[in-house]
Amino acid sequence: MALRDITLGQYFPGSSPIHRLDPRAKLVAMICYIVALFLGQWFVTYAILLLALIAVVAASTVKPKALVRGLKPVVLILIFTAVLNIFYTPGEPLVSFWIFNITREGILHAFFMVVRIIMLITCTFLLTYTTSPLELTDGLESLMGPLKKIHVPVHELSMMMSIALRFIPTLIEETDKIMSAQKARGADFESGSLMQRARALIPLLVPLFISAFRRADELATAMECRCYHGGEGRTRMKQLHYRPGDVLFMLGALVLAVGIGVLGHFGL
Amino acid sequence: MGAIIETRQLTHTYSQGTPFEHTALDSVDFSAQPGEYLAIIGRTGSGKSTLIQHLNGLLKPTSGQVLFDGTDIWESKERTRQVRCQVGLVFQYPEYQLFEETVYQDIAFGPKNMGLDPDEVDRRVRQSARFVGLEPGVLEKSPFDLSGGQKRRVAIAGVIAMEPQVLVLDEPTAGLDPSGSARILDNIRTYHQEKNACIILVSHSMEEVAREAGRLVVIHQGTIPFSGPPESVFTHGEELESMGLGVPAMTRVFARLRSMGVDLPASVYTIPQAREAVLAALHRREGK
Repeated sequence: MALRDITLGQYFPGSSPIHRLDPRAKLVAMICYIVALFLGQWFVTYAILLLALIAVVAASTVKPKALVRGLKPVVLILIFTAVLNIFYTPGEPLVSFWIFNITREGILHAFFMVVRIIMLITCTFLLTYTTSPLELTDGLESLMGPLKKIHVPVHELSMMMSIALRFIPTLIEETDKIMSAQKARGADFESGSLMQRARALIPLLVPLFISAFRRADELATAMECRCYHGGEGRTRMKQLHYRPGDVLFMLGALVLAVGIGVLGHFGL
Repeated sequence: MGAIIETRQLTHTYSQGTPFEHTALDSVDFSAQPGEYLAIIGRTGSGKSTLIQHLNGLLKPTSGQVLFDGTDIWESKERTRQVRCQVGLVFQYPEYQLFEETVYQDIAFGPKNMGLDPDEVDRRVRQSARFVGLEPGVLEKSPFDLSGGQKRRVAIAGVIAMEPQVLVLDEPTAGLDPSGSARILDNIRTYHQEKNACIILVSHSMEEVAREAGRLVVIHQGTIPFSGPPESVFTHGEELESMGLGVPAMTRVFARLRSMGVDLPASVYTIPQAREAVLAALHRREGK
């Protein structure tokens, strides 16, 4: 079943230097990197960013194949972006026919946009591949800590996120099971017009939602039984501490972002 | 008599070509006769769920064949669809697949998918509701307002309404109280007798299968080490024990008595049989 092959939010356990970094360091570095991606203007800057990405991938021991697989679902978006950029960027025309103009700027724009998106997705996948969902939410909660002062329910948000991540595999399994059960009763999910297929989803979605609500209810009861009452006064088993390596990693990413910004300013 | 459903050298490997590769079934030859009541027993992860999902074409064999009425079920797309209606499969906890507004509509889902005309659908819905002991009043209720045992009976009726020649049930009594379990087993027996259908019951309760089925098929680590009538399968007490299955409590009691030197038959596995065997032994002793 194709459903099982979904890699979204998947974590590959490991003990590489990247796996061992503090999740906050990885989050901050990723944000710096994404900013740098959008500050970059020219081949030089993208070459630098690509080198940085390759270095981190190499250190992470994540197989490049897994990263490429992560790109598969966005191929359509990439093509769409490229086509839009090629045809709708004004500038010096190279080819023109009927109402379409292909410009030199358009081709460059399209190229950079696609490179940007690919690198952006690769770096976010790298984060989820090397960071367990639990670490990730802990990191987010800690980074967003200051927002508590203005009454943002940071703990609750991160709890919601970790529960959602936890239940993705469970729901996929459940979907698989209900699909088989309905197929055994002659339901057909694979053929027919778009309308028929949409209707065929009802026998799948109704039981799925019911079971999701039931699970949510049971989980809430289980949490209350263990005296969960929100983030107030809650302590953690695993405390997050920055180590020298984490600081270096963040600084490196920050320098990269600033450096790219400066280079971009000079049109490189 | 030819087998109604048969597997030949059936092998199934999950996630082939990945680090999670796992062979769930290994060259399994399994067959069931028309009108037979047989039980598949095996512990969790032995491959029994994988096997039954092959019987109606929900899983495709990695290698080997599944034959229904002598022809391969993967011969063509239409054949697979046709077999899905002939081999009814009731999953574990089937009540979680109910979705319609009324019990009637939910039971009618299968027959409607088969493209039957409304009169025939109506007849089948009412008949299968009767098979599982649902009162006509229940048909107009929402399935979500029913008790757990009733929901399960509605789900089973939904499969029975397709009038399959082979009815496969995966642990139909899991999580029910003894009276609920007994009712479900009664319903299945009624269907078996009235329709002369082949029943394949998957279970790990030895008492249950010993009482209900005429033939047992033991499945262990993707293979079938023994099959046959209950009394012959239960003579492999120690092997069954080592597979984490065990034998019915009565068989254990009798094996112990025999090892203590009491003259009793080895093929006892239900309480009425035990009663007769003990009475016969007492008579013999008095006769001396």
